[in-house]
Amino acid sequence: MPTLHALANPARFLRIARPLTPWLWWLGVALVAFGSWAGLTQTPPDYLQGETVRILYVHVPSAWLGMGGWSAIAIASIAFLVWRHPLAEVAARAVAVPGATFAALCLVTGAIWGRPTWGTWWQWDGRLTSMLLLFFVYLGFIALSNADRDRGGDGRVPAIYGIAGTVLLPIIRYSVVWWNTLHQGPSIGLTSSTIDRSLLWPLPIMLLGFSCLFGAIVLMRMRAILAAAKAEARLRRRALA
Amino acid sequence: MNPWPFVTAAYVLVLGAGALVGWLSYRAMRKHEK
Repeated sequence: MPTLHALANPARFLRIARPLTPWLWWLGVALVAFGSWAGLTQTPPDYLQGETVRILYVHVPSAWLGMGGWSAIAIASIAFLVWRHPLAEVAARAVAVPGATFAALCLVTGAIWGRPTWGTWWQWDGRLTSMLLLFFVYLGFIALSNADRDRGGDGRVPAIYGIAGTVLLPIIRYSVVWWNTLHQGPSIGLTSSTIDRSLLWPLPIMLLGFSCLFGAIVLMRMRAILAAAKAEARLRRRALA
Repeated sequence: MNPWPFVTAAYVLVLGAGALVGWLSYRAMRKHEK
């Protein structure tokens, strides 16, 4: 917790974020490039799905970041409401657009995989529908936080929305257990997996690579928001002088 | 059904969208930090 409070100082945060951004970005690019090459050429086709199984290596990281992004918004919203961290609100706003993008990519890659495998682009299945809802909740958060800023709000309303939206995360997670429809059940756990190792090994590489890219994008967006706020404050001071 | 157009489309979309969001974020950062 003391580390978190120390990082809440924007100047100290920028001292760490500036050198960290390119490192995260290029590490992410290297890992995703290697993971894509491995996923496309080095793993065998699945005995049932054939080559379409390779979509897994981009679909699962997109889902992971779509849901992880909302967890980050919720944690930042709590930090903002409880401790009034000045950076927490900035972090939540910075995560929203990349989080929504990856939630959308999860839906699109799922549809692309579904067509040759299930024979349909879309089905109102528990997992698909709850993920679509998360995408809409993201759009709501983006609109709400922009409106709140434009009207000079203090950021509390988007933060409450950020916490309320978390209710979707367990629904998405357990949707495949509660409703036995089209999407398969949980296949990858921390200790065991129903997917064979020969197929699974590029997935952690892609997950790590995508997470690094996501981290770099969030840092860049936070830096842009902080710089814009600084310029705005400077203009206001000049107007008052 | 030939699976490769589906696989290619998925990779192009995800990598392309990731690169686009990255590029837009980088451009916004450079513009504001100037």
